[in-house]
Amino acid sequence: MGLLNALRGADLDVRAAVSADTVDGRLPRLLVRPRSTQQVSALMSIATEHDAVTIVRGHGTKLTWGAPAPEASILLDLSLMNRILDHQPGDLIASAEAGAAIADLQAALSSRGQRLAVDTMVPGTTVGGLVGSNVSGPRRVHTGTVRDLLIGVTIVLADGTIAHSGGKVVKNVAGYDLGKLMTGSHGTLAVITEATFRLHPEPTATRWLSTRIATADLETVLAAACASVVAPSAIEIDCNAPDSATVAILVEGTGAGVAARASAISTMLAAFDLGPDDHDQAKSGLGDAQDWTLRFPFTTGGTQVGLKLTAALGGVVEVCAAAVAHGLHVRGSAGAGVLYAAAPTSITSAELTTVLSELRPLTARLGGTAVVLDGPRDIRSEVDVWGPVNGLPVMRRLKDQFDPGRLLAPGRFVGGI
Amino acid sequence: MSDASGSIAAVTERLRSTLPSDAVITDPTRRAAYDCDGLLHYRVTPAVVVLARDTDQVQAAVQACMTHGLPFVARGSGTGLSGGALPHADGVLIVMSGFREIREVSARDQRAVVDPGVINLQISQRTRPDGYYFAPDPSSQQICTIGGNVAENSGGAHCLKYGFTAAHVLSLDVVTPDGDRFAFGTRAPDAPGYDVLGAFVGSEGTLGIATSATVRLLRTPETVQTFLAGFADTDAAGAAVSAIIGAGIVPAAIEMMDALAIEAAEAAVACNYPAGAGAVLVVELDGPGAEVDSELAAAEQHCREHGAFEIRIAADDQERQAIWRGRKSAFAAVGRISPDYIVQDGVIPRTALPEVLRRMKQLADDGGVRVANVFHAGDGNLHPLVLFDDAVPGQADAAEETSGAIIDLCLEHGGSITGEHGVGSDKAKHMPKMFTEDDLDTMQRIRCAFDPTGISNPGKVFPTPRLCGEVPRRHSASDDSRTPTTTAGVEIF
Repeated sequence: MGLLNALRGADLDVRAAVSADTVDGRLPRLLVRPRSTQQVSALMSIATEHDAVTIVRGHGTKLTWGAPAPEASILLDLSLMNRILDHQPGDLIASAEAGAAIADLQAALSSRGQRLAVDTMVPGTTVGGLVGSNVSGPRRVHTGTVRDLLIGVTIVLADGTIAHSGGKVVKNVAGYDLGKLMTGSHGTLAVITEATFRLHPEPTATRWLSTRIATADLETVLAAACASVVAPSAIEIDCNAPDSATVAILVEGTGAGVAARASAISTMLAAFDLGPDDHDQAKSGLGDAQDWTLRFPFTTGGTQVGLKLTAALGGVVEVCAAAVAHGLHVRGSAGAGVLYAAAPTSITSAELTTVLSELRPLTARLGGTAVVLDGPRDIRSEVDVWGPVNGLPVMRRLKDQFDPGRLLAPGRFVGGI
Repeated sequence: MSDASGSIAAVTERLRSTLPSDAVITDPTRRAAYDCDGLLHYRVTPAVVVLARDTDQVQAAVQACMTHGLPFVARGSGTGLSGGALPHADGVLIVMSGFREIREVSARDQRAVVDPGVINLQISQRTRPDGYYFAPDPSSQQICTIGGNVAENSGGAHCLKYGFTAAHVLSLDVVTPDGDRFAFGTRAPDAPGYDVLGAFVGSEGTLGIATSATVRLLRTPETVQTFLAGFADTDAAGAAVSAIIGAGIVPAAIEMMDALAIEAAEAAVACNYPAGAGAVLVVELDGPGAEVDSELAAAEQHCREHGAFEIRIAADDQERQAIWRGRKSAFAAVGRISPDYIVQDGVIPRTALPEVLRRMKQLADDGGVRVANVFHAGDGNLHPLVLFDDAVPGQADAAEETSGAIIDLCLEHGGSITGEHGVGSDKAKHMPKMFTEDDLDTMQRIRCAFDPTGISNPGKVFPTPRLCGEVPRRHSASDDSRTPTTTAGVEIF
């Protein structure tokens, strides 16, 4: 029986892929839209029987991330699995299907005064996409990352096996943490179908303070901010020129507490302030923070080269300066050591290779890495987008165990996984 | 000479030729000193003990085991309460507690690089003068090692606000069971690739041995406020916890003790908790002063509204330590009111607390034993202490049965069989109650990626490990030669 008939025989919603289903410049053969974990399991069993390369899509916002995607027989679209399954405010947990939009989840949580304390850096991101890409925004300094907040997962392996780990309690150390392995795996290890997160209460007051300072003062300001007892929720920078940078600091908490802490930060920043800029803007609410802090400095979707640069905290300024010297626009969480950088749209693969050849040794020396996150397919196909990775042989063995037929987005991940 | 004893002899000879002479212990009396961890009722004397002091020595020991197919078990201070570091009678016990230097501290990077044998509390003691500390704080933090914390993902009272050990480890150097060495993670967050580090933390020694850890340091909070609230019963205290959490306050710690636990603590350390209290809460708030002040007022109000008849706010660090002394001594203190006890470690959704405590009381009454409760109320991590007298015929069995029934109770409410102590030897039998066969098989795939021959702490966590290389879904009996046994030769699960 052919693949199409087998999928139809399993009562799956399947049709020929159309141009809107293009993945990173390539048209898959079939689009399949399962409605449940059991249907994903049936689908993957069939995919394994037919040796059908499969790519998973939520809302398709990060299909151009990582190494170029392969030719696929199946585009596994999770958009019909979009339910919020559970929200227990008293236990600070919520579960959702992988295709649920984070924005929808946040809206539901907000109605009960809670939030998943991860910023959605790419509009339209789904639960599965959030976990699979492991992108956490500014608030990671205070409340942690996707990785830290994910407490349970349901996944489907390439052979159709359904597995769970973790659960619906915040504290739990029983068994291996499959959720951690799924986080940032870019759809290459298994299909995430459900996820459970720990939540945080929405703060009653939120305030961003930002100012433009001289680059020469950047390390002084960042060191002071990181060491501050005012406990910022975020310490962000934006730097697009060698001489100055914008620093933005977020405080969240109670009304009285935030006012006092914001005042302390304002005093600290004032000593370095180059001009009025948007200093001391009062903001409130999760989605109401300054726009730039919640957006990458590059456009996603394969149109512009975007990098992720990491370093130990004391190395952030050096990495930032090096990237800016290469004409990159740098932005990100200086309080966590995670920066994003936009390359000029005119950059060639040869120029990008040169940039990486200088940034990779630098970030490695400073404790981090330099990864090409997004970009035009022709450029990503000509550069090593992931770079050197610690522990790669173990990762290859994990891929062999979870997906021995190399059906899930083969070649997209580190080391050709 | 059996196969095992031949291999032991060969491994011993190889270890003696590669390690310092005082690093290899074969003397039966000295080996017997390592026959258990904090879970005293499982005891196995290891065939050989290696006192490792650096990564090369750990690697040499693992490679010797790999070559001859002998199991190995790593052990720190031996404070684990689930038998995770229980030795193997035909294996090598690698003792890590002598491998204990804090290699590097960087306040600016908010990082420390430490050996696995470093004591948890020492990191905070070392970094406190710079204004930093290491957040994960198991109750045994004065003696437990970082390697053990990593193996067990063991947290403590402050997990609710600050997350578990897994959130505080940036990278690990690991000797894998095939004798290789890898670094997992980087000093910066979000290292590309699979989160092997995240899978390793909490794997209870079954994926290899960590030989170095880069850990996150947190800024010491500006203010810490601790108060003790006395309630008539656990229901009232539980309602106060719900009110505090429901108001959007995330305390640094929120701990509960019931009447029996209070009685034990009073007997042991005379902590002078409120007279007549059927339950007490220890609530700690930390952060910027302005935040803590308003949260303290609100938390105190919630306690009063839910029946707290006495509230004591610690005026200084000395009073804060006095409040904590009762809580932190509770486990050991139970020895004052009962000759024997079992420490259980289960988790429930916090909102199920009143129902679970009531059912637990019923279980205890039915079994003819007493249960003292001291636990992390904020995150639902229970530590029921099942009290019994081994001298009374049948009581030990009744206590064991009650303890197991409590775990079933946790699972019935959607909880977990362990929140911080680990599965170890003690709870492997419960894993199939929490996970399906497919769940466990999938976890075994991780094991196979690290440890294809199954020599790293075998018999722990999983009741029936699948042999690597098998076709998935086809099961075989466990490898009996690696199933830990008691000294009497009885399988321990």
